[in-house]
Amino acid sequence: MEKFSTLTGVAAPLPRAGIDTGTIIQSVWLRSRSFDLGQKLFSDWRYDSEGRENPDFVLNQPRFRSAKVLVAGADFGCGSSREGAVWALQKFGIQCVIAPSFGEIFRDNAYQNAFLPVELPREQVEEIGEWAARSNDSTLTVDLESCTVRRSDGVEYRFTLPAERRVSLLEGLDETDTILRSEAAIDAFEAADRKARPWIYLRETA
Amino acid sequence: MAQGRTSFEKIWDAHVVSALGGDRCLIHIDRHLVHEGTSRNAFDGLRARGRRPKSLGLTVGVVDHDPSTLPGRTVDTYPLGRERIIAMQANCREFGIELVDLHDPRQGIVHVIGPELGITLPGCTLVCGDSHTATSGGLGAWAWGIGTTEVERVLATQTLVQKKPRNMRVSFVGRMSPGIFAKDLVLYLIGQHGIAAGLGHVVEYAGPVIRGLPIEGRLTICNMSIELGARAGLVTPDDLTFEYLAGRPFAPQGAMWDLAMAEWRALPSDEDARFDREIEIDCTRIKPQISWGTLPQDVIAIDERIPLPEQQVPNRRETMAGALDYMGLEAGQRMEGVPIDYAFIGSCTNARLSDLEIAARFVKGRKVAEGVTAMVVPGSSQVKRAAEAIGLDAIFKEAGFEWRESGCSMCQTLGGDSVPPGKRCISTSNRNFDGRQGPRARTHLASPAMVAAAAVAGAIVDIRKIAH
Repeated sequence: MEKFSTLTGVAAPLPRAGIDTGTIIQSVWLRSRSFDLGQKLFSDWRYDSEGRENPDFVLNQPRFRSAKVLVAGADFGCGSSREGAVWALQKFGIQCVIAPSFGEIFRDNAYQNAFLPVELPREQVEEIGEWAARSNDSTLTVDLESCTVRRSDGVEYRFTLPAERRVSLLEGLDETDTILRSEAAIDAFEAADRKARPWIYLRETA
Repeated sequence: MAQGRTSFEKIWDAHVVSALGGDRCLIHIDRHLVHEGTSRNAFDGLRARGRRPKSLGLTVGVVDHDPSTLPGRTVDTYPLGRERIIAMQANCREFGIELVDLHDPRQGIVHVIGPELGITLPGCTLVCGDSHTATSGGLGAWAWGIGTTEVERVLATQTLVQKKPRNMRVSFVGRMSPGIFAKDLVLYLIGQHGIAAGLGHVVEYAGPVIRGLPIEGRLTICNMSIELGARAGLVTPDDLTFEYLAGRPFAPQGAMWDLAMAEWRALPSDEDARFDREIEIDCTRIKPQISWGTLPQDVIAIDERIPLPEQQVPNRRETMAGALDYMGLEAGQRMEGVPIDYAFIGSCTNARLSDLEIAARFVKGRKVAEGVTAMVVPGSSQVKRAAEAIGLDAIFKEAGFEWRESGCSMCQTLGGDSVPPGKRCISTSNRNFDGRQGPRARTHLASPAMVAAAAVAGAIVDIRKIAH
């Protein structure tokens, strides 16, 4: 996995609660590898039925087209388990979402992709979002070393995330590799479990 | 004496491969269901690592998301569905995974065939790259949805690192009135407590009403755990569970069954088990439910009015205007009488045999209203054959419903089935998000009975007023 330590970039406000993963990337765009996920990010909101850009949508506005951070409402990434939601945000160039809360599967998927979900109290998220909307320079620095979000005007917010997630992101650890280093423990578990719960393993010998 | 354990805690304890510090453990995965929609990159990742699946006997593949559901379908009927199906077939062949393929008589929606084939067992850990995996909790499994990287991880290691979730119990008490089904119970729960109530928890659905529910109803309730915010929900196993499972193709038989039963009997939560959060739902108050907005919590009873913004709690108030604009509805409006264009009976939530039987009662001898497109997409090929054996297909077809093959279909614009922009669909599925059934499509979630009755009436109706 890539490492994540600090990120500096434009923050785009999308102050809406309950943005589900299917809205982030519609299922149709995941059906073939010929689609550009970055271009299809938020497709129902970004484009009209003829495929023309909707000028009102935040990511179509000139100053937010290069956004690296999204400032969103509560329950961001609820719904479907599709990891394509993270991939689409990344392909667009977004590497971090700041929200009051996240769908759990989205949040776990984010961690697997060196993508940072930053959870802050609702009032702070709204404050950052409103600042990003009216500021001429909505650049944020998200620093995972110090667990801070710093606005270009100097205002800072501290966030927390589970310690092991922070280490994994900072060091770019691949959890599968980590698990496989103790594969003997898995083999030992299964050997004992085959005796204790043989009905679980019926198909192995079938 | 040691503190009693919840059913979930018992399952957790039985699956700890190693403790990793804090409340994190490496957890063994007993059952891994894989489908074409979320597994392709996982197989690529496995290949890149030079790994083979660790425990082939614990993994089953199925094709359900991408195929067309039109009668006589092939892999080419819906061209855009072809790519991932072909990849799935090739991946399962290469890695030796048993695949329930398109024309396999066992084919169906992954969350329907898991229980139906007895792949799901009480007390097992079951994962799938799909958020509605909690459906299998209806048989007492700890079942949860994962992303594609985690699909690869389970293939490679047969384990996942998990932070121990908290325990929540939702007790359904009182009595269900006529015209109320499992779907109404879970929609009511989500409507009352919201889409984030279950975050960080495994939910145990309990109480006399749950005990009285047939297995298929329990599966419906567990299915929508994710709409409550919980990755997993379960109903602890009882005699009904064991009767349901006995003789299913993947379930243990004979002496192995007896051995399993001894363990399964001990799975219910202990009397003194501690739950971090308890919710009680009085079912006597529950009326037929219908969603009006674009979040699964936007639900009212059929005889209620859409709330006014000032009646909403603040965090629901702000999403309301956008939702009503999207849905073409107004605050204070009644849902009864709202005309519909589409009626969809299908999905992993409500397309099992009992769902089709209930729906058929509201359709028999009647016709689908003019201008309404109505379809039944059975949850599995086995459900389809069972329904045909008792003549349900004839009832639906004579009324003007399309009678389809099994698959995920219009629940989320899959297999070429979608609701056109601006059209209104009443649906037995699980999500009413913006665009879920098609760009700018309007979805109303309800029970199979409500959907069937609306198809006939051409508008949303109160099924309690309709003879069946």
